[in-house]
Amino acid sequence: MSALLQRLNAPFVRDMAGPGFAFLAVLIAFSLASPQFLSGATFGSVAFQLPELGLLTLAMLMPIITGGFNLAVTFTANLSGLTVAWILRANGGVDASPMVFAIAVVAAIGVGALAGFIMGLVIAFTRAHPILVSLSMMIFLRGLGEFLTRGGDVSGFPDFVHPIGHGSILGIPVPMLVFILCVIAWHVVLTRSRLGFSTYMIGSNIEATRYSGINTRRVVILVYTLSGVMCAIAGIIMMARFNSVRVGHGESYLLITVLACFLGGVHPDGGFGKALPVFVALIDLQMLSSGLNILGANQHLATAVWGLLLITVMICRWLVLHVRFNLAPDRR
Amino acid sequence: MDQPAGDKPLLALRNINITFGGVRALRDVSFEVRAGEVHCLAGENGSGKSTLIKIITGVYRPADGAEIEFDGKRYSHMSPVFAHARGIKVIWQDLALFSEMSVAENIAFSEVVGRGVRLVDYARIRSIALDALARLGVSLDVDLPLKQFAIAQRQIVAIARALVGEARVVFMDEPTASLTQSETDNLLAIVRNLAASGVAVVFVSHRLAEVLEISSRLTVLRDGRLVGVYPTAGMTQSRITELMTGRTFDAKVRAASRDDRRVVVEVDKLTRPGQFSDVSFTLREGETLGITGLLGAGRTELAMTLFGMLKPASGTVRLDGRPVHFSSNRAAIDAGIAYLSEDRLSLGLIQAQSIADNLVIASLRKILSGGLLSPGRKRDLVDRWVTDLGVKIGRPEDAISTLSGGNQQRVAIAKWLATEPRLLILDAPTVGVDVGARAGIFDIVAQLADSGLAIILISDEVPEVYFNADRILHMAQGRIVGSYDPRTYSLHDIEAAVYG
Repeated sequence: MSALLQRLNAPFVRDMAGPGFAFLAVLIAFSLASPQFLSGATFGSVAFQLPELGLLTLAMLMPIITGGFNLAVTFTANLSGLTVAWILRANGGVDASPMVFAIAVVAAIGVGALAGFIMGLVIAFTRAHPILVSLSMMIFLRGLGEFLTRGGDVSGFPDFVHPIGHGSILGIPVPMLVFILCVIAWHVVLTRSRLGFSTYMIGSNIEATRYSGINTRRVVILVYTLSGVMCAIAGIIMMARFNSVRVGHGESYLLITVLACFLGGVHPDGGFGKALPVFVALIDLQMLSSGLNILGANQHLATAVWGLLLITVMICRWLVLHVRFNLAPDRR
Repeated sequence: MDQPAGDKPLLALRNINITFGGVRALRDVSFEVRAGEVHCLAGENGSGKSTLIKIITGVYRPADGAEIEFDGKRYSHMSPVFAHARGIKVIWQDLALFSEMSVAENIAFSEVVGRGVRLVDYARIRSIALDALARLGVSLDVDLPLKQFAIAQRQIVAIARALVGEARVVFMDEPTASLTQSETDNLLAIVRNLAASGVAVVFVSHRLAEVLEISSRLTVLRDGRLVGVYPTAGMTQSRITELMTGRTFDAKVRAASRDDRRVVVEVDKLTRPGQFSDVSFTLREGETLGITGLLGAGRTELAMTLFGMLKPASGTVRLDGRPVHFSSNRAAIDAGIAYLSEDRLSLGLIQAQSIADNLVIASLRKILSGGLLSPGRKRDLVDRWVTDLGVKIGRPEDAISTLSGGNQQRVAIAKWLATEPRLLILDAPTVGVDVGARAGIFDIVAQLADSGLAIILISDEVPEVYFNADRILHMAQGRIVGSYDPRTYSLHDIEAAVYG
């Protein structure tokens, strides 16, 4: 028994416990409720829909670990998508060459990185609250995008863009592959790089981190820049999925990304959180939504159930802590 | 208060046992206090003082078999509301006051809220507050918000609040920790008045001189057990330290001449206007330079300038003969300078993060392998320093906040030693560290000096620098006003110069 408890306390198991439990609960509940749930179709729908939300969540994750926020994720993604769309359109539209597309992607990533870099710069030097800084950036990008597109869609891409949003390699949807690669990249950055290490330390105590010889401004700027890069990747995938770009695409994901982070065990005050549990948490949310869809429920109901799931997880987490430490004495 | 001030205890506890997560925090402890007495509760951090106070005030419930006798009645445990209503009050070290509210509201808070009054009666609040302050013989403008008052006056407000309603036993947790000498004297006078009015005062303090001055009896706890109850008359500070730690300490001057060693640091006329000016000294390998002086003398600013976090306006710093200008503390660390912050809780260590991460944070480059942090190298580095410095830890992944002050400080020192410095600046390294653990810290400092490290030891406690440094500089108002060799000056002379 004590050996089991010991293993339950191991960091990896502890981080995975919440989202893992929710995963099993959702899987079992829907398997019982509908025989169609455990099927390739469900897997396909999860795997195609997850990456947009997932990539945006990854973009939100690192700023949250530093104790900050990036409210501009969806509009950064839109602007990056628009960058690709415009470059394609200006160079032949549906006849544009793959080379043009490659350049467009690099430019889009540059735009995302620039948006993040500016936010990071402002946050690092003025110490203004990240919520305010990223909110300002979000409003700026939205206004800019709507001004440049007159609120309409930009479409008309070459055929080879389509598989990026809808194709599969070895049975795995391309967006899902991109997402998995990004999860792995984030996991490595967070657990094995100096930047990742500093990200956690800054999230807990930025001054003590600075006193330890870490250039905290540089880290904050890099974190927001990387967040912007991840937004750009999300924007490109969204562009390929919808076959068009419009400012406001994916806007409803914004707060869901925050909740997905918390469902994945990220500490709301910063300092703690891992990429893999967040990945599992995202799968939970998408399975829940697909499952309800199979049962014929309204899509808005799915959103409501997401909220309920998150509240349930918070309560469960509190119960687990409370039961394990048996009325732990004061927590000061 | 017409309590018998005789030998009969007002509050007595017997057979107190309590266990947290398998660890027995208190074992068969007994404790008693009489009305009108100032009783000191002494013990190192983790000895069980706070736990005992929390049992008396009903926060924790002791194991079965406990007896609590208060005012002639017996109880098996207390509850916070019950204890408060019967006049058992605690003034915690953090005071738990409301800085935005007025002095009057702070003092009368429990009385007003506790009685469920719906509309706030400001006249009554004022009169309650004025009464309580009058009992202490203090006058304050009760209408001003608390944040306008200094810490010493807030302390008085906290005491006044404890007196509202009935106050029979008042516990004071480290009440003088952040006070100056004259403020401390004032506070002790108030405590004496309080006791004279029949209140039993239980005084918890690390400052043994005060303990001897104020209290008539002393209960000593060590590792959750009762060591004994002693009259204060005839006690000495060193005897109390022995009782608290179970060890004897004999302080010896360890100063020696290091003139034959190589010069590591030369500071020449270093100046930062408003903070320090014309500071010059040299420091050799294996030498420990003590810098003492009152708070605000510019010691910490000097240290942070050497560490590259502040820029000097004029003057030079030479390291191994070459002038250095640091653009950041990273540059200073790379050049071989390490700075242990005076504020371990918020600047020295990252309390929420793990022991291992805190230990490696300043030397991440040493645990890289192929550009990535290597868990194996990290573990090796942590194991090595934990063993070398004798840090008592559970698991390296545990949060550093789970360690005692002394062990945290060892990790903080290890963090800097891992950067392989030439110069180690220790700023108030024993703040919040128990008496017993302090000796352990200075043993480490002595070993480091013997191994050739140049050390600057900053402390406002003159005995610390006297017994552990080769030379002592006295800083006042940003200038070096005295330089002493512990072999030729007595401790008393230097203390007179610094505190006088």
